[in-house]
Amino acid sequence: MAASTADSWSWFPALALGVSFLKCLMINSYHSTDFEVHRNWLAITHSLPVSKWYHESTSEWTLDYPPLFAWFEYGLSHVAQHFDKKMLVVQNLGYASPATVLFQRLSVIATDVVFIYAVRECCRSVREEKGSKDLLVRPYFILAALLLWNYGLLIVDHIHFQYNGFLCGILLLSVARHLQGRHLEGAFLFAVLLNLKHIYLYIAPAYGIFLLRSYCFTKDNTDGSVRWSSLSLVRLIALGSIVISVCALSFGPFIAMGQLPQVLSRLFPFKRGLCHAYWAPNIWALYNVVDKALSVLGLRLKLLANLPKASMTGGLVQEFQHSVLPSVSPSATLICTLVSILPAVLSIWRCPRGARGFLRCLVVCALCSFMFGWHVHEKAILMAILPLSVLAVESREDAGIFLMLATTGHYSLFPLLFTATEMPTKVLLILLFTLYSFTSLKKLFRGFLLNTLEVTYLLGLIAVEIICEVVYPLLPWKQTLPFVTLLAKSVYCSLGVSYSFIRLYLSILRPTDKPKEL
Amino acid sequence: MDTWSLLSICVLLGLTTRWAVSLNSYSGAGKPPMFGDYEAQRHWQEITYNLPVHEWYFNTTDNNLNYWGLDYPPLTAYHSLLCGHVASLINPDWVELHTSQGFESSAHKLFMRATVLIADLLMYVPAVVLYCFYLSEGSNRKKVCLVLCILLYPGLILIDYGHFQYNSISLGLALWGVLGLGLGWDMLGSLAFVLAVNYKQMELYHSLPFFCYLLGKCFKQGMAGRGLFLLVKIAVTVLVTFTLCWLPFLTDPGQVLQVLHRLFPVGRGLFEDKVANTWCSLNVLIKIKTILSTDTQLYLSLAATLLAALPSSIKLLTKPTLWQFKLALVNSSLAFFLFSFQVHEKSILLPALPVCLLLGDLPLPAVWFLQASTFSMLPLFLKDGLFVPYAVTSSAFVFYSVYLLSALEHSSEEELRLRPVRRLVCLPRVDLGRIARWTFYLSVAAMAGLSFMSVALAPPARLPDLFPLLVSVFSFLHFLGLLLYFNVVQIAEPPSPRRKNPKKTE
Repeated sequence: MAASTADSWSWFPALALGVSFLKCLMINSYHSTDFEVHRNWLAITHSLPVSKWYHESTSEWTLDYPPLFAWFEYGLSHVAQHFDKKMLVVQNLGYASPATVLFQRLSVIATDVVFIYAVRECCRSVREEKGSKDLLVRPYFILAALLLWNYGLLIVDHIHFQYNGFLCGILLLSVARHLQGRHLEGAFLFAVLLNLKHIYLYIAPAYGIFLLRSYCFTKDNTDGSVRWSSLSLVRLIALGSIVISVCALSFGPFIAMGQLPQVLSRLFPFKRGLCHAYWAPNIWALYNVVDKALSVLGLRLKLLANLPKASMTGGLVQEFQHSVLPSVSPSATLICTLVSILPAVLSIWRCPRGARGFLRCLVVCALCSFMFGWHVHEKAILMAILPLSVLAVESREDAGIFLMLATTGHYSLFPLLFTATEMPTKVLLILLFTLYSFTSLKKLFRGFLLNTLEVTYLLGLIAVEIICEVVYPLLPWKQTLPFVTLLAKSVYCSLGVSYSFIRLYLSILRPTDKPKEL
Repeated sequence: MDTWSLLSICVLLGLTTRWAVSLNSYSGAGKPPMFGDYEAQRHWQEITYNLPVHEWYFNTTDNNLNYWGLDYPPLTAYHSLLCGHVASLINPDWVELHTSQGFESSAHKLFMRATVLIADLLMYVPAVVLYCFYLSEGSNRKKVCLVLCILLYPGLILIDYGHFQYNSISLGLALWGVLGLGLGWDMLGSLAFVLAVNYKQMELYHSLPFFCYLLGKCFKQGMAGRGLFLLVKIAVTVLVTFTLCWLPFLTDPGQVLQVLHRLFPVGRGLFEDKVANTWCSLNVLIKIKTILSTDTQLYLSLAATLLAALPSSIKLLTKPTLWQFKLALVNSSLAFFLFSFQVHEKSILLPALPVCLLLGDLPLPAVWFLQASTFSMLPLFLKDGLFVPYAVTSSAFVFYSVYLLSALEHSSEEELRLRPVRRLVCLPRVDLGRIARWTFYLSVAAMAGLSFMSVALAPPARLPDLFPLLVSVFSFLHFLGLLLYFNVVQIAEPPSPRRKNPKKTE
């Protein structure tokens, strides 16, 4: 820091290297069943022919990502065989030799290079005012630190075990390309992303409407509305052909083998319940709680007769019925999600605010899918937090929303690491990230970003944690009502997430002075 | 950003690194019948919790001294007693007399690792922060960088949180001693240092500089008046502290003798295993262990140690400043490490602590020494299964300390204080700073290469100890060279008071 000036980018490798070192130190920590999931997919793609990939079901963790990800695992498996051949045997369920763990962990750390590159591109696209010369207060430095050292990614990818860094890297790279005006590349990257993990379908409307409105229609009328005559067929066809060719490359072999229905049934398994074993802090968590409260109240007041004893937080995911409020079906959640996305998407059609408006719409779509989706994992909050970081270093209001959403969202990830050994790790890391995000954004925007109520809510998170981890185990109800702590955390976090969601939605609906350029 | 928030972030980073390393294996894991240092610490909790004080250091039916008998001074025993009480509250099986031998479980490991973290947090980390902020020079940013670099020193992390020991307590107390002396609170500083010696007797490596500094200070204040008064105050503090620590053992002279016998096992020979000091390296060429008798070995090492430590001690006596004190700590403890009796490779941590304190003033030599000290313990880490944490923390330390402290930019001849060498060597056109940098690069590359070879290649059948030997001889040459360097820096300093060099502040 002494020798490098703010204009040379020598600090970037220092940040990236530092977090990579930290990731290497986490190699021996707890890993979840997702580790076995990916080992199984390595085995399936390596040992079996392509035609069997989506039919294989020796293990309960069947292949449920689109074909491009299967090809990615296939590529990894060729490196894996030099570490330990036994991990590639499909029958070796639960195989986790030290070499296997080392290989899998290193593969996540290595593929994070995509994420690091994407962060660099985002930092280059960030706007900044002419401010202080101090490196630590420059927006691009803060953005790099917030993204590279993001707590959620560290916990989910490098401890729990997933490949979100790689996937979010492609997402951020696509966003960066749009911010830089390179829309065809951005579209191509998004198409690739969709074929790697189909959960990103939820934000496809943002891409679709933005590209159609701002890229295919080349000119606007003077009042900002769309000029229908300026539709550029060349651009439209270019976009369409990119998307179609990527999907063809990915699904082509399976369509040729007539396996498309089987693949789709694996990709969209609606047999799972409304909520995951740990409730993601979304609308349905609040809905479940209200339903349970009403049912208990109803029983006490003798308004209701016998009720089925539904277990909503059992270990395996099952279908269940709500007791008092109407039950929620997958199609109901889909309709809710689509209805919630509609106003946001319409607003960027009517009043496009350039690439940054698109980014805002993307975050809103991601949050809508988190709030209303079917069987949402709490990890999905990362899909909203990471792109929001880019907005947070440019606008004061967004920084405030980011601090609420990120802190609440990160805290909601705590139940993912439930072992006692990981407790210091997750507490130290969340303190590190929260302290950094608060102090750096406060310094950047010169002032407090949150009001008293918001600060009180966030301090309440500490109280919730202490009550759940220290106080509750000492109480006698621990045996009879073991899920209360998870319920409490989930409900408390959903309040914060809903609040951030509403604020973000209002910011996109608020009319601006004039439409910004592409 | 505010200094306090940057400081908190650095401390959190240091703590995260420590806990991450503690996720790995410990010494003697799963290796009956003797296990390792982890089992030794657990065993001491068992002994101190279950047996009365007068049996702790004696060989009885309940206390078999051959199985990890207590060989540290009383404060370690009291600390083990405290941990033993906490352990029995959580799970009595952990400290059950006799039946808990070799007890291993993940809950127990979590408990033991937590005790190390708590001790570190209470003792070592605050001392480092206070030292960097009150006794080092530079801007606030530089002080925070210094805190981070000292907290990232891999040797201490890997030994305490990997191998398993409580060096952070003894080194922390010694650092509090330096802090006390540096701030002018001589009695408190002496108190802290006496506590450090009573925690681990190896802290005696640091005793000569403490003694010479305080004595020199008394001389400077005049032995007729204030100087004598200061001397008396310090002597009383030291005696009272010793008495309080050894109180339970003072009832019976036999107790005191037995404890001393356990602390200083003079029957055990010049060295054990591979260690990067003179005798072990000399043994490669001449088998001194077999040529000389044990008594001769003892006298030889005593003479060599005192001779090596003498110049720096005398210089400190004549000029008791903080700068001289820090250098004397390095020189004295390094001399003891290289020439003393029964030195273990972990004792390199004793010179490493004062070198950490020099990171702000002489970054390049300090980083070089600290990396060499971590490297010298590589065979130990390999035995404990700690290669990955070793590789990661060493790379991180070298990278960050060179980057944050601009070690390579501050490596001119002037800044490395190599002018006396130039006068000695008489080479007019050679840039000593450049030579220093290039030797540093080659050295780090060689260390990386040797580390990789130690883990990736198998040694030839005729020389099964090839790699540990290469590591220890390589480290020894580094330590010897750096001992000479630090002695030159300390002794060649002119007698006039050191003026603050404006170039050094940012």
